Amino acid sequence: MTNSKHRGPQGMGFDTLSLHAGQVPDPTTGARATPIYQSAAFVFPDSDVAAGLFNIERAGHVYSRLSNPTNAVLEERMAALDHGVGSVVTASGQAALHLAITTILSAGDHIVSSRSVYGGTHNLLEYTLSRFGISTTFVDPRDMDAFANAIQANTKLVFGEVLGNPGLEVLDIPSLSEVAHAHHLPLLIDATFVTPYLCQPIELGADLVVHSATKFLSGHGVVVGGVVVDGGTFDWQSSDKFPTLSEPYVGFHNLVFADEFGPAAFITRARKEGIRDFGACMAPMTAFQILQGLETLPLRMQKHVANALEVAAYLEQHDMVASVSYPGLPSHPDYELAQKMLPKGCGAVFSFEINGGRDAGRAFIESLNVFSHLANVGDAKSLVIHPASTTHHRVDEASLLASGIGPGLVRLSVGLEDAKDLINDLKGGLRAVEKLHKQAAAQQAENRS
Amino acid sequence: MIIQLDGKNVGFSNGSGHPADNAPAIFFVHGAGMDHTVWVMPARYFARHGYRVMAVDLPGHGKSEGPALDSVDAMADWLGRLIEASAAQASDVTVMGHSMGSLVCMSLAARYPALIDQLVLLGTSAPMPVADVLLNAAEDNDHAAIDMANTWSHGQRSQLGASDNPGTSNLHMGERLLERVADDVYFKDFSACNGFTTEHYDPILAPTLILTGDEDKMTPPRAGMAVAGMLQNSQITHLRGCGHSMLSEQPNQVLDAMSEFIRG
Repeated sequence: MTNSKHRGPQGMGFDTLSLHAGQVPDPTTGARATPIYQSAAFVFPDSDVAAGLFNIERAGHVYSRLSNPTNAVLEERMAALDHGVGSVVTASGQAALHLAITTILSAGDHIVSSRSVYGGTHNLLEYTLSRFGISTTFVDPRDMDAFANAIQANTKLVFGEVLGNPGLEVLDIPSLSEVAHAHHLPLLIDATFVTPYLCQPIELGADLVVHSATKFLSGHGVVVGGVVVDGGTFDWQSSDKFPTLSEPYVGFHNLVFADEFGPAAFITRARKEGIRDFGACMAPMTAFQILQGLETLPLRMQKHVANALEVAAYLEQHDMVASVSYPGLPSHPDYELAQKMLPKGCGAVFSFEINGGRDAGRAFIESLNVFSHLANVGDAKSLVIHPASTTHHRVDEASLLASGIGPGLVRLSVGLEDAKDLINDLKGGLRAVEKLHKQAAAQQAENRS
Repeated sequence: MIIQLDGKNVGFSNGSGHPADNAPAIFFVHGAGMDHTVWVMPARYFARHGYRVMAVDLPGHGKSEGPALDSVDAMADWLGRLIEASAAQASDVTVMGHSMGSLVCMSLAARYPALIDQLVLLGTSAPMPVADVLLNAAEDNDHAAIDMANTWSHGQRSQLGASDNPGTSNLHMGERLLERVADDVYFKDFSACNGFTTEHYDPILAPTLILTGDEDKMTPPRAGMAVAGMLQNSQITHLRGCGHSMLSEQPNQVLDAMSEFIRG
């Protein structure tokens, strides 16, 4: 049904859902905020109800590894915000990615992934999952033909991040969705950098979404968590590629998830197998804190984006800055695509290259006072890291460049402070770089004389 | 699962059950544009309790071959043939229907009373007029038809969330289910509902449970009560705070009502 001549009713808006989805005032106590159900297990009223809960005949909670009432509010809220049929929250973003992959892939299977992904994701795909027989081919995220050409007979998943790392390449989700679906493959998208406020990948053609909730969703750098959202859009029985969903599962009394759960087949198996057996569940206190963050997600993302754009524009015109990679700037190669796909903004994480290499990067970082030097993004506070002197300090220059990381590359996560204070802080850092350049020039002159 | 009827594939779920040949049978019939998966929880419950469960896809829906049928009576004729073919040895037969499926059950009970022993009708109304605005959008295969039906089918609580099923968005589940249906099927279903009449039916004598939701905008409680008044042997359960999508909105309350009625 693709026509749009008639008008249908509009559902609740994004801001309303950010505050309310998944929760009504507690019917017992009247509590308006989501209660923290700090309980490992839940009492069965009788044996038949217990059996029914285990057999997925009844709705409810058994044990907090499988589900928990506080976590369920966050799960339903994320499903509502991302337009999915359901979600499962996990102990971290990495756990969410692992859960998404292992719900449908087994030893011998293959993934085609963008090569511009978070370093931890690259480790998981390249090194760790390969130990368990799941291999990955990495391709240029801007090259749709490369994705198509990398698909093999055993490929089961296409994966990418909305905004690539570290170059902030904008993934053309509608086009990649066409490539994946033409090969009867689902498209999994990591939307951590954008959140559903800036981009809803399922609406653009993705089938599954993962987030690190540690970042902008919770928004305050106080928790670690993840979420997998199932769009309910993919037909797992359109081929024989997905036996975990289309064939009887001995581990659940020969249940065929796609037969019985239809659009919710994936997310049901993720909960009934992946969370049950791998056990990377979220603590209810964590879910509560992420829910507090979600309540202000729209307001925070607006300020994050506005600040990021102002800071990026400032850096771009500075003499000590060789380049800025932010798709919100017309200089970025994906600016036009970003305008279409991310009309509300391109997030608040970006990188830029300082003139002067590793020493300049180090001098810059160590001169900052408002930006915090640490390995995270998506905090309300502004963050900064210089990969060449920290996460990649053992890597030689040639290898760094091969990864798209210049020796003077600095990554910023722009927070919610006053933009003028952030710019003043960066000015101080760039003055330190200028000083370094002058010292080097003086030294060179002295050496010549 | 797939079986053959009239030389065509019929999709259904047995709720993962392994019943005896003479086990009591329950047939579940979905509503307009839906498929058998809406019954997953009661299907699994009754299968575990020894019933022969068939949650069916009506022709043209889910995994059942089309074409979709034009009238409620045609759907009931088809269901009757399916019952004869697959539950001949059953000790007794219950049919449960939601919305359009409830009309199919009524038609079957009125015209083939020997085939069934009990009825359960969820979100029912007789007649079941469909608003022109919805019918017209469905005729044009316009997504607005899904938006209208899906929004109006959920009570206030489901609009905000707070699903009993952990981590599930009932609204988006409803939308995805309806998006799976082929072009023209939704219009055929709504037309069948719109044309439904009980004028030519014999009185329905089978014991019947009717479930109504007090926030049901598609088949308001008064419509369900009117159906109860038409039947010779009925009882009614009102679900508070529940809309038309009662199987997802209040799965436990629905299951309890069904179980009490069927198992006593």
